Amino acid sequence: MKLAAADLRHMLRLRRGTEFVFKFVAVAALLIALGSLATLLIDAFLDGAGRLSWQFLTSFPSRRPEEAGILSSLVGTVYLILLTALVAFPVGVGAAIYLEEYAASRWYSRLIEVNIANLAGVPSIIYGLLGLELFVRALGLERSLLAGALTMALLVLPIIIISSREAMRTVPPSIREASCALGASRWQTIWHQVLPLALPGILTGSILAFSRAIGEAAPLITIGALTYIAFLPDGLLAPFTALPIQIFNWVSRPQKGFHANAAGAILVLLVVLLLMNALAVFLRHRHQQRLRL
Amino acid sequence: MRSRSSFAIVTNNGCVSNMTEPIPALEVHDLDAWYGHTQALRKISLAIVEQRITAIIGPSGCGKSTFIRCLNRINDLIGGFRVAGRVLFQGQDLYAPDVDPIEIRLRIGMVFQKPNPFPKSIYDNVAYGPRLCGLKDPVRLDLLVEESLKKAALWDEVKDKLRRSALALSGGQQQRLCIARALAVEPEVLLLDEPCSALDPIATARIEDLLLDLKKNYTMVIVTHNMQQAARVSDSTAFFMLGQLVEFGPTSRIFTNPLEKVTEDYITGRFG
Ligand SMILES: Nc1ncnc2c1ncn2[C@@H]1O[C@H](COP(=O)(O)OP(=O)(O)OP(=O)(O)O)[C@@H](O)[C@H]1O
Ligand SMILES: [Mg+2]
Repeated sequence: MKLAAADLRHMLRLRRGTEFVFKFVAVAALLIALGSLATLLIDAFLDGAGRLSWQFLTSFPSRRPEEAGILSSLVGTVYLILLTALVAFPVGVGAAIYLEEYAASRWYSRLIEVNIANLAGVPSIIYGLLGLELFVRALGLERSLLAGALTMALLVLPIIIISSREAMRTVPPSIREASCALGASRWQTIWHQVLPLALPGILTGSILAFSRAIGEAAPLITIGALTYIAFLPDGLLAPFTALPIQIFNWVSRPQKGFHANAAGAILVLLVVLLLMNALAVFLRHRHQQRLRL
Repeated sequence: MRSRSSFAIVTNNGCVSNMTEPIPALEVHDLDAWYGHTQALRKISLAIVEQRITAIIGPSGCGKSTFIRCLNRINDLIGGFRVAGRVLFQGQDLYAPDVDPIEIRLRIGMVFQKPNPFPKSIYDNVAYGPRLCGLKDPVRLDLLVEESLKKAALWDEVKDKLRRSALALSGGQQQRLCIARALAVEPEVLLLDEPCSALDPIATARIEDLLLDLKKNYTMVIVTHNMQQAARVSDSTAFFMLGQLVEFGPTSRIFTNPLEKVTEDYITGRFG
């Protein structure tokens, strides 16, 4: 197709025009997202930075805001997430291995895949209700750390399974063929080739899932986790509290001092989240280094 | 396990001796193969003789890779792949229900069309198979790795960097690494799918020398697009087209006096 010079110039001007509009819309969208995040951070920082102190981290909750601290909820959150990981990671990766490596071509594998994707989108409070019925009542675990961790594990399982399957899918078939051609069994191929190659993706996906769980209050409130706990959990069946619950509790108090406490706790929660994401980046990076040798 | 017959010693110049009946290592009877609903192989029957090199030639997409991938059941890994017919390995049907594909693959090794080293060190690539079989002794592993790399004509180039990543090697070096890796498990049959397609003429010549050398101990099937290569190294040649075996016979006869017109056209480059 041949265009006259004038037509060409006109067309180019039009294109540059539309490009400008799209760029503007994209930048505006980005600014709105970043802006609201920044506002939240600055607000929390202004309100809560003053409360951040050793005393705040090492005190139990109290009726007097200036004496209250987050010790029990911070420790509860750490225990809760470790326990959740301990349960959800092996189960999730195991399920992903089965679906991806052993049942990949079966019809029910696709059915399960669709259902798992749907489960990942179910509101967390529904998982709370399930946890309440299943763990708290049916299994008689009461409002314990274990009941909370199992509920959280249900919540993150779909995300872990999906991201693990995706990570395993990126391992090229030629590597599997090479391994099998040398007499490796299916499990040996998974263990020596597929899992090491997929591990960075599996870890990143899982850690992101756990950091989502850390911020969840709804399922824990549903299963009836306590808000006022003046001791540390001493076992799997001990009652517990967690940071989001503490924050929720403090925000709903009328006194100004508790609002500052809530902001301080939000900052601590954000630091924990950042540390977990840094860990994900670190693990991925170290693994890539190792592959390059 | 490995039956060595007297005739094999007599013939080391590539000519099939007519003194004794050649012993088939692999006998293929009426082999059909499908990927889903598309048929890739139709009624292939041929015998692959022990301690000889059998070349498979034919235009792209005619089923050469499919055929040799049936010989160690590696195509089992492909979803929807199906075969009918029989492949006898030392008299035993590879596709019989009681046959363990893992044992088959240990005894029938394979080098793939595209170099596929593991993202591990050079050493770990070669040691992978023996380790799976339970070899742990580091001294014996070292020896085996060195020996395999020497057989594949790669030792001199990599002996100082065995712990470096195999992915840092050139394409041709990677292919020779894959050959070394396959030799390390000491198979009885070696299937090579265009092992030289990524190699320069010097490396190709070295691989060809290697194949002729290995012939003393191994039965080999090689897929190649290079007519000269087939003529130089192989004892028998099979010409495939559109999933069918057009002609099969001693290489010297196929290249000098083909029975079929298409074979002649393909060999002389008048194909198409
Ligand atoms: N994994 C697969 N799934 C579906 N069809 C396939 C697959 N692999 C090969 N085929 C088909 O089977 C036929 C034979 O392919 P094959 O790879 O055996 O050819 P080839 O002779 O090795 O060709 P080339 O010389 O290009 O390597 C082709 O038509 C191809 O499209
Ligand atoms: Mg091929």
